[in-house]
Amino acid sequence: MRLLVCVKRVPAPGARINLTEDAQAIDARHLSFTVSPHEECAVEEAIRLKEIHGGSVTVMTLGPAEAEEQLRYAVSVGADQAALLVTNGSDWDPQATAAALAARIAEAEAADGVFDLILVGNESADSGGYQVGVRVAHTLGRPIVGGIKGLAIEDGFVSARRETGSAVEVYRLPLPAMVAVKEGINLPRYPTLPGRLKAKKAEVASAPASANPGGLVMNRLLTPAEQKTTTTILGRGPEAAPAVVDLFEELGLL
Amino acid sequence: MNRVLVYIEHDDGVIAETSMQALTFGGGLGEVEVVSVGETALGGWQIQHPLLTDYAPEAIAESLAQLVGAEMPGVVLAGGTERGNEVMAHVAALLDLPLAANVTEVRPSGDAWDLTRIRWGGSLLEEATLTAIVKLATVAPHVIEAANFPFRAATVFTPELADELARTMVFERVTLSEGITLTTAPVVVSGGRGVGSPEGFAVLEELAGMLGGAVGCSRVVTNNGWRPHSDQVGQTGTRVAPNLYIACGISGAIQHWVGMMASKNVLAINNDAEAPMVTKADYAVIGDLHPILDAIVAEVRRRRAG
Ligand SMILES: Cc1cc2nc3c(=O)[nH]c(=O)nc-3n(C[C@H](O)[C@H](O)[C@H](O)COP(=O)(O)OP(=O)(O)OC[C@H]3O[C@@H](n4cnc5c(N)ncnc54)[C@H](O)[C@@H]3O)c2cc1C
Repeated sequence: MRLLVCVKRVPAPGARINLTEDAQAIDARHLSFTVSPHEECAVEEAIRLKEIHGGSVTVMTLGPAEAEEQLRYAVSVGADQAALLVTNGSDWDPQATAAALAARIAEAEAADGVFDLILVGNESADSGGYQVGVRVAHTLGRPIVGGIKGLAIEDGFVSARRETGSAVEVYRLPLPAMVAVKEGINLPRYPTLPGRLKAKKAEVASAPASANPGGLVMNRLLTPAEQKTTTTILGRGPEAAPAVVDLFEELGLL
Repeated sequence: MNRVLVYIEHDDGVIAETSMQALTFGGGLGEVEVVSVGETALGGWQIQHPLLTDYAPEAIAESLAQLVGAEMPGVVLAGGTERGNEVMAHVAALLDLPLAANVTEVRPSGDAWDLTRIRWGGSLLEEATLTAIVKLATVAPHVIEAANFPFRAATVFTPELADELARTMVFERVTLSEGITLTTAPVVVSGGRGVGSPEGFAVLEELAGMLGGAVGCSRVVTNNGWRPHSDQVGQTGTRVAPNLYIACGISGAIQHWVGMMASKNVLAINNDAEAPMVTKADYAVIGDLHPILDAIVAEVRRRRAG
């Protein structure tokens, strides 16, 4: 079974987001980088499928040269191959991103065979465009469903579970197929020491990517106006309990 | 006047609130025409095809793309929901057009749109320019209050759909029992790293039970395996808007905050008076959360008995 996971490197801001002076990016000088939790789970799910069905897991990203860090992380938890489409670090629009990824995937498939299943995160943590996976699927002529929180492969089909508020929907897609998964589909493992060593030595297949811009152009970022709240301190320690329960009464909760 | 097609989601004719908001949003951009799969009380374009017996993102998008090709509207909108974003992404891919997801504001500028959309699940905004013959966008939930929308004469639209498109239709549907869920609970008692262990959640469960609420948690808690992911509140978890959100031992990272910022009242219980959750909350109690929660539970019990 040939499995592919597409991930995106994003900063991990804490209690607030600071922007660069030109408002083109998050000021990440003091931040670490990660991939979205959705994609972390996509990597984990692919590794579990490999453990059940055999085969190999490739991780791919489009991003700056530093995105190698996220690919090596995926290798440290069990991915076999890593491919990086190198940009200058600027923000690519969804059409350009999808076109470059689809072209690179098609190349990889021409060389080594079709990926039975391609996993992506439901939406990227930062830009949240909700479309790169779907566009890649259309270019490759594959079925895709999103919001997936459970997967199983059997008899040439992938069965995929999605939760709506009041129901669980099951989809059954013929392979080769794509799925966009969400955090909660599994609990990702941590890298082992041998995994880390393997990741250090792993070869990352890098190739420059050139953008073919689409029709949505980001001009600048801005932080939403913060509502100013004054916090009423009800007290310190257990002595505050009566004041808290007064609040429950005020709010009609008792 | 600009024709604005709005794809609405409905459950046996009951129209989603987010779709009503998209209709209202569309009204500010031109002459709105409702599009639905099957019948609703609003009339408008009703897509009908024997294949469409359940939700089927590819087939619905193919139908919409054919309708767009036939009618050439200036704009197509949907609500910024899981389904709305998914269907519109397919429409965009089929028509090779750009799509702006989760838009909060549009400022037409000549043939193009200057728009604002949300990033990071709402912690950050982006100003962008959308240039396209047909503008595709989804409307971020709750940026506009839904207004009433008048009925228009219904027109059936029958798309041509290849049998193959049934491949992404819902294959099986399991209805869940409706108890108190995180999204509907009037009170959410939520715990973070500060709770310390899975067993530490017992007192949160007890308080939630007393108040008719539900238990929530932060991502650190789900990552540690202390609680199931279905309890997680935040950008990659569930979004809640209860009357009261009680954040116990949660620091208030933006990815958590966007999941509960719509709460009417926030009470933080934290041993760090400088934690962002404390400074952003309406009410706070400072100190070790376990003795505080035990005392609150005892006090509720005392008043109920008295
Ligand atoms: C892309 C992305 C998406 C994310 N999505 C989510 C999401 O959906 N939901 C989410 O929650 N997080 C999410 N996160 C993670 C988020 O950034 C934080 O790491 C997480 O919310 C922190 O959880 P916490 O507040 O429980 O832990 P911490 O940040 O460690 O905070 C623990 C708090 O508990 C207090 N405390 C400790 N002990 C006690 C005690 N005995 N009594 C009282 N207080 C105590 C501390 O003072 C501190 O304020 C996401 C991150 C990224 C990068």
